[in-house]
Amino acid sequence: MAVAEQTTSEPKPDAAAEHGPEPGSLLDWLTTVDHKKLGLLYIFLSLFFLVVGGIEALLMRWQLMWPDYDFVTRDRFNALFTMHGTTMVFFVGMPILIGLGNYFVPLMIGARDMAFPRLNAFGLWATLFGGFLVYFSFATGGAPALGWFAYAPLTEKTFSRGPATDLWALGLIVSGAGTIAGGVNFIATILGMRAPGMTLFKVPFFVWTMLWTSFLILVAIPPLTAGLIMILLDRNLGAHFFDAQNGGSAIMWQHMFWFFGHPEVYILILPVFGMVSEIIPVFSRKVLFGYEFMAAATMGIAFVSLGVWAHHMFTVGMTRTQDLFFVASTLIISIPTGIKFFNWLATMYGGRLRFESPMLFCFGFLSMFLIGGLTGIMLAAAPFTFQLSDTYFVVAHFHWVLIGGTLFGTFAGIYYWYPKMTGRMLDERLAKWQFWLLYIGFMLTFGPMHISGMLGMARRIYTYEADRGWMFWNQLTTVGALIQAPSFAIFIWNVIVSWRKGKPAGDNPWDAWTLEWATASPPPSYNFEEVPVVHSRRPLWDLKHPDDPDWKYEHE
Amino acid sequence: MNELTAPAAPPAGQEPAPGAGETPSGPEAPPPITPEKTLQPAQWGMICFLASEAAFFCTLITAYLTFLGSAAADADPKPADALKLSLLVIASTLCLLSSSFTVHKAEGALRAGRQGGFCLWWGLTILLGVIFLTGTGVEWRELIVEKHLTISRNLFGTSYYTLVGFHALHVTGGVIAMSVVLGMGLRNEVTAKNHLGAEMVAWYWHFVDGVWVVVFTVVYLVGS
Repeated sequence: MAVAEQTTSEPKPDAAAEHGPEPGSLLDWLTTVDHKKLGLLYIFLSLFFLVVGGIEALLMRWQLMWPDYDFVTRDRFNALFTMHGTTMVFFVGMPILIGLGNYFVPLMIGARDMAFPRLNAFGLWATLFGGFLVYFSFATGGAPALGWFAYAPLTEKTFSRGPATDLWALGLIVSGAGTIAGGVNFIATILGMRAPGMTLFKVPFFVWTMLWTSFLILVAIPPLTAGLIMILLDRNLGAHFFDAQNGGSAIMWQHMFWFFGHPEVYILILPVFGMVSEIIPVFSRKVLFGYEFMAAATMGIAFVSLGVWAHHMFTVGMTRTQDLFFVASTLIISIPTGIKFFNWLATMYGGRLRFESPMLFCFGFLSMFLIGGLTGIMLAAAPFTFQLSDTYFVVAHFHWVLIGGTLFGTFAGIYYWYPKMTGRMLDERLAKWQFWLLYIGFMLTFGPMHISGMLGMARRIYTYEADRGWMFWNQLTTVGALIQAPSFAIFIWNVIVSWRKGKPAGDNPWDAWTLEWATASPPPSYNFEEVPVVHSRRPLWDLKHPDDPDWKYEHE
Repeated sequence: MNELTAPAAPPAGQEPAPGAGETPSGPEAPPPITPEKTLQPAQWGMICFLASEAAFFCTLITAYLTFLGSAAADADPKPADALKLSLLVIASTLCLLSSSFTVHKAEGALRAGRQGGFCLWWGLTILLGVIFLTGTGVEWRELIVEKHLTISRNLFGTSYYTLVGFHALHVTGGVIAMSVVLGMGLRNEVTAKNHLGAEMVAWYWHFVDGVWVVVFTVVYLVGS
């Protein structure tokens, strides 16, 4: 790593480095067990896969630009949407959040490292090689063509003969093991290694959300692993789990997958709620409104999200009772989410707002996640889903929450914490270009999908006839995607250039209040010279304002 | 939000105006910090790992029960034909259950500083685990060779071998981990002062034991 010039506090010479490999060398990066380096590696990994998954999306969008087009073949198109979904969920979304968590959870709770540094390294490499295993299928004559949720019996040997499906399942088992390792590590770190005085009621909100994300990881990933193992047993040992001809149950796979799949979307959004809850107070110069309610809402979401999975299966033909149950539970989950939303607004209300890049992306998050949430409420109603299931309306909805929610929020987090990770500020002018290109391109991409979906365009079709009336909306979507693409290029350019040439950041460029800003930027490998002692949720505020500290007002 | 409880104080969240908020008496000292009682990180980690294992086994058990209901239309052998509460099954189950007791005794001996007692009870636990695995092996041989039940034979075979097989795999992992600890104990590397690792392996072993209680109930009591 290019160590930026030291800022205010000079770190001591690194004791660990004296007998390890030379700091910053390739061997150092490959063998590191430091949570900060592993966090950065997680982020690089996901940015790499973000580019790969993005190219896959662009290829699909180009194919759908004109009716009856033959830019990519039908089979290739099936592989593209499978790999795009798998990549974005497993190798972009989760790793980037786990990476940011890895870097900042120990710093925010005043710890030296994660609880299990070597397990942490295992998690990273398992994720990376899991991704390589999935992508290795391209070298075996064709990527999996299943859709990211791989409905049975498509996964059976009869329907996908090559090794691609096996590699897909194996890769997800391996990366799933890495994710579980990450979840175990976060919980052990957060519950066992907080600084003196930092009770669970005083942890920074991002830490709290990482705790519940990890809980969901522990509960949701193992059922997916079990299901993937069943796929492998079916394909390689002749078992019959999902083999309907021999009495197996294709619907059981759907239940298993979505029992993982729905908590998964909360795994992808809870840490983002955490980041936004860190950034909005700092850029409003106020404390987070209703911390306790926010904390309870996070727990509520974590638990309720375990009971909503079959709203992905309304059209499979469940009983009326089941339909009603999952409609109700899905609608209930909008209550804690709504609490969060109003608390963010209340935090900003009456504050002294600053519109630097992290806050700008928070506004992107708030406005877009709201719309994604509203289409979610529409789709929670089973009769509505009967009509629009598996159309582009659904595609629009979940991209609106995953890009509008997770991606905008994650960018906010990266703009917020980049100065801490590198000692340099990201360029604000490039940030604004990135934001507006992404914001406009995003709406242009996914807005028209609602309409093409309502006009009856099914997802995953590789082409369409000219007389369907879908061409105009698809062309808008493709143009939107082409507007979005440069915003990612600008972001990566910004990250690379600012790494060496950015404005020096200092220890606490945003005048923030949590412990990660109490150490140097970038932090020394031992994080803190002295174990910090915490009296309130904003230890740096207390430090700066000894006459009016927060601990006077906080009660447990 | 705190104005309600402290109406006289300036709003907790707002940046105070310059010069405001300075009390003439000078800054107060914060209340003293009472150290929190919490488990060690390794213990939290083990609990989390076991929770994920529980989720894994729940899925396998759900699959087993799902297919148990549809077994009537299935190819033979049916669960009732293949599985019996034979002496073998009961004996190996008793071995595994009593190993929870022996591992507990081993931990007690370790904490009390009786290294020899630890190695003895710990070794006995490994032996009981191996007997259980042998019992599973003998039962599987009978099922495969005499009753022609394989994983691809029917849905019962599919779900039975997966569930019981993954449990046996976990027992095998436990036997390996315990053998490593035994080796370290014999070389005095696991002692009264350094017993956390052994304790974690023991937790895992209790868990594997508990899973067997559920699997045994589902497969041998409910299922056949």
